[in-house]
Amino acid sequence: MIRLDNVFKAFGEKKVLDGFSLEVNEGETVALIGFSGSGKSVAIKHIVGLLEPDAGTVFVDGKEVPELTRRELYELRAKIGYVFQFAALFDSLSIGDNVAMGLRKQGLLAEPEIEQRVAEALALVDLPDTQARFPAELSGGMRKRVGIARGIALRPKYILYDEPTTGLDPVTTAVIDELMIRMQKQLGVTGVVVTHDMKSAYRVASRIAMLYEGRVQQVGTVAEIQNTTDPVVRQFIEGRASLDGGTVGRTRAPGGRA
Amino acid sequence: MIAAIGRLVRQRIETLGLVGEFFADAARGIRDVTTWGANAMQQARRLGVDSLPLALVIAAFTGIVLALLANYALTGAVPLYFVGVLLEKTVTLELTPVLTGLALAGRVGANIAAELGTMKVTEQVDALETLAYDPYAYLVVPRVLAATLMFPLIVGLAMVVALIFGYFAALGIVGITSSEFSYGARLLYKNFDVEYGLVKSASFGFATAIIGCRAGLRTRGGAEGVGRAATSAVVFSAVMILVLDAFWAMTWLQAQR
Repeated sequence: MIRLDNVFKAFGEKKVLDGFSLEVNEGETVALIGFSGSGKSVAIKHIVGLLEPDAGTVFVDGKEVPELTRRELYELRAKIGYVFQFAALFDSLSIGDNVAMGLRKQGLLAEPEIEQRVAEALALVDLPDTQARFPAELSGGMRKRVGIARGIALRPKYILYDEPTTGLDPVTTAVIDELMIRMQKQLGVTGVVVTHDMKSAYRVASRIAMLYEGRVQQVGTVAEIQNTTDPVVRQFIEGRASLDGGTVGRTRAPGGRA
Repeated sequence: MIAAIGRLVRQRIETLGLVGEFFADAARGIRDVTTWGANAMQQARRLGVDSLPLALVIAAFTGIVLALLANYALTGAVPLYFVGVLLEKTVTLELTPVLTGLALAGRVGANIAAELGTMKVTEQVDALETLAYDPYAYLVVPRVLAATLMFPLIVGLAMVVALIFGYFAALGIVGITSSEFSYGARLLYKNFDVEYGLVKSASFGFATAIIGCRAGLRTRGGAEGVGRAATSAVVFSAVMILVLDAFWAMTWLQAQR
């Protein structure tokens, strides 16, 4: 289980998380939605220990992440796949080496098995036989899929997707959505998906949480979110420029109090 | 006024703390041999071997110019074999280590800062962390080790090239004989001269790499941030090389008197 408990995080004067709490149960996928710059990526970086909360805490797999030693943190990270917004592939390494990096670090598999696992992961994202190519030779969408292959090659218990379908064409988006669904349904992987894409969120999520002003504005099942009466959530999921009351744009700037 | 002084002092103390933390992280990374071991050879080639042509060109011209300068300064005052004396001392003790160090500070320092800076702003450093790699072991340690070991190697070769070109310039342009030059070069030669130059170069390599790594890993923003990191790495490395040069002269060199 993943639990963020009353997390506060600020960068200088800018408050990003302001008492953010969220629970993700074993085997479910939670879509974290919210305006651009509202702190969704910051929230999931706390889960994997890339950021430490200013206050509050984070539990993953029963362990309090900010309290872990570096060694314990690396052990925990071996159970977490992380798909970065812009793939974050290592430019100097081939696609095969990019996907194999985490497996090589774990040191649990022999090289032929690693190669087999890499081939499987690349086939799952519809990029077979690309091991010898380099990131610079791939399109943005292909790079993103390699990033996903790198995340799933570890066969993680938890997987965090940071805008996995942003910028992809509708067909590739559907392929990635299917992959995320398969990860959850067939492999029982617990996931958090940061996304703006409501179609994708409805397809892959067990529950949806909306982050607004550093806190969870509403969390619920797909049906609950679709039928919400909360004006901020409604505005977001319907992609309207104004609230029901007629206010133009966002009611309040993300990270700041009105 | 007092508040401004207070802020400045606090900033300086914070900077010192961050530098200390960086060194502690790098020292921790040394223990992870399996991670840095695989990269060290590649970095030695990229930072060292690939820098060799630049260093040797500088050394060749330094040798030629030194022979001519010695001829200009010494003609009529001392016997011509002093061209060899001057060339040996200046090449080994000072000019080759410092000129090569400054040139490599530009090439290696900017290379490291720009590469790590780009990795930082494109989240590749975060990606390493999520794959359970210590970025200090994977990125910093191999570069610092490679630069510390390769700088003296390059400078050693540069010393040889500078002396060879100086020798030919002395014979061809200045007009002294081969035996006069070699007599002069050996007259006041001590093994210490070469040791001093090489150890100094190792310290320049260490400083250049560590400054480049720190600038790269502290990069914020996009392309502009990467440019700033590369510039600050080159400037700070160049200044640090001159400071270290003075440090070695005031300590080790003075102790030889």
